[in-house]
Amino acid sequence: MKTKKPSQKPVITLSNVWKTYHMGDVELNVLKGISLEIYPKEFVAIVGPSGSGKSTMMNMVGILDVPTKGQIFLEDQDIAKTTESQLAQMRGKKIGFVFQQFNLIPTLTALENVILPTIFQNLPEKIRQERAQKLLMQVGLGERLHHRPTELSGGQQQRVAIARALINDPEIILADEPTGNLDSVSGQHIIDLLVKLHKDENKTIILVTHNEELINYCERVIHLKDGQIFKTEYVKNLHVPSKK
Amino acid sequence: MYKDYFILPWREMKRRKLRSWLTLIGIIIGIAAIISLISLGEGLQNALSKQFAMLGEDKLLITAKGNILTAGLSIDAIKITEKDQEVIQKTPGIKKTAGMIYSTGRIEFNDHVRYFFIEGMPTDPEERALVGETNFFHLLRGRPLQNNDNYKAVLGYEYTKETMFEKEISLGDKIKINNKDFKVVGFWERTGSPQDDSAIMIPLETYQDLFNKPKELGMIFAQTAPGEDPLKVAEKVEKTLRKSRKVKEGKEDFTIQTPNQLAQTFETIITMVEAVLIGIASISLLVGGIGIMNTMYTAVLQRTKEIGILKAIGAKKVHILTLFLIESGLYGLGGGIIGIIIGIGFAKLVEFIFSLMVGPSFLAVELNWWLVGGTLLFSFLVGCLSGVAPARRASKLNPVDALRGE
Repeated sequence: MKTKKPSQKPVITLSNVWKTYHMGDVELNVLKGISLEIYPKEFVAIVGPSGSGKSTMMNMVGILDVPTKGQIFLEDQDIAKTTESQLAQMRGKKIGFVFQQFNLIPTLTALENVILPTIFQNLPEKIRQERAQKLLMQVGLGERLHHRPTELSGGQQQRVAIARALINDPEIILADEPTGNLDSVSGQHIIDLLVKLHKDENKTIILVTHNEELINYCERVIHLKDGQIFKTEYVKNLHVPSKK
Repeated sequence: MYKDYFILPWREMKRRKLRSWLTLIGIIIGIAAIISLISLGEGLQNALSKQFAMLGEDKLLITAKGNILTAGLSIDAIKITEKDQEVIQKTPGIKKTAGMIYSTGRIEFNDHVRYFFIEGMPTDPEERALVGETNFFHLLRGRPLQNNDNYKAVLGYEYTKETMFEKEISLGDKIKINNKDFKVVGFWERTGSPQDDSAIMIPLETYQDLFNKPKELGMIFAQTAPGEDPLKVAEKVEKTLRKSRKVKEGKEDFTIQTPNQLAQTFETIITMVEAVLIGIASISLLVGGIGIMNTMYTAVLQRTKEIGILKAIGAKKVHILTLFLIESGLYGLGGGIIGIIIGIGFAKLVEFIFSLMVGPSFLAVELNWWLVGGTLLFSFLVGCLSGVAPARRASKLNPVDALRGE
């Protein structure tokens, strides 16, 4: 078992995070005191049965949502002490999202979808064009720059989404069931891309997944159950899937 | 940089073409109505002030109580006569006076009978100028009325057409007016006014004889002496007329107007009619604005997930707000542009129809950049304002809830 990396500061810290939803008079505790640190360049998977609080935790890690109780830090920044606009700015800059549903904007072409996040960061036109084309080339869609999402296969759409997640050169890639809607071949393509990002570009990758294949690439697997972390596994051999 | 914010709204409008067009229609109708009404109204006012300016500013117009539209047609007891003209002529500050009168007459030629205006006109050249004849009418053929003319007639442009009596009237022909023979001595060119083009001018004295209205006049034109203030002279004329007609102040049975006053009266009427019509058109614009608001609320609902995505990839509240405001503003602006084009087209069509009916250059559509620019800005603002509430709703959406929405 690998231990934590005390020499480095965590990129994301969850400290006794609770999330409570009110359904009428009933209080529903979805997260019950989660504490977690994610370090730079880690490849982490969050797994658990449905209803275990995976998605809610994902939203917390992606600073899309704020906890009912507890603290979340993105690097040194306490997100409770930032404005909504600052949060949006931080998301855009530091976190790249990859969703199960791809979540591309249907009216925009592949290239425009990839460029979209840079608009909110005021990146100069020339740089963003070059960067977006380069990224689409990297994910193997150099020939599909001007296709709309509906003209692309699921796998291709997810690759556009990955390019979009990378456009602002974020430190963290947050992927929610990235292969959940794909056939095995396309899924494998996405897995390869994520592994490559981790290995070659030193991105911190956080996955929420059921995909056994994908879990095998991770350094750390966090098991959630009933809103609590009940097991954390460390995998030693990064690039050799361990057979069960 | 700002162009980036236009791509998304623009694509969205293109994607939902039918809804976009339906949304635009409300604004288009409102703007088209406003543009055509204002440009036609301005054109009409210009046309009228031009006509009145031709009368000259140094003139007074005296009619029996009533207004210019019923002058000469008055069947009531109040009359003005040549005696009044004499009184006016003697008033200090008056240089010259002239009288005229008109009413409908029975015109017979080639065994056909028609009813049109018969105008009793002065025959003296100076007096003819004073009643405006020289300015408004230009000879097509023959000659104008002269002193000592008796039972002679100068005919309007319409009488040159065969269609009037199934046979063309020529110079020297005899026509019957109220069963008396008149010799045609001249024809006027087309003036553009249907009333003038179908009128027949006969000498004033002949008229008074023919209609058995001795010494009677429909209106008196009075020219003020050079250097006199027409309004002050008008007051003097009013005083002397009151005395000679034996009426008390405030109970005058006559009206004195200057061409400027007349023009203003007409302008006021046109402006009022215009205001009412524009008010109605504005309601359509308001409905158009509500249409935009409705479309935008629907758009926020339909694109909840998209808003969530945008927020996840770093869009701030202000970005979402901007995107939706641009979209609603584009609806306003687009509706404005199309509305202006249609409005101008409609006004030009009316202008064209007018030119066919009453002759060219009577009504010229009056367009200025101030009107077009102002309308465009206004329609854009209507669009933006209608979008404020929906855009605020969109910008306030919580990213997690929005992402979950479909």
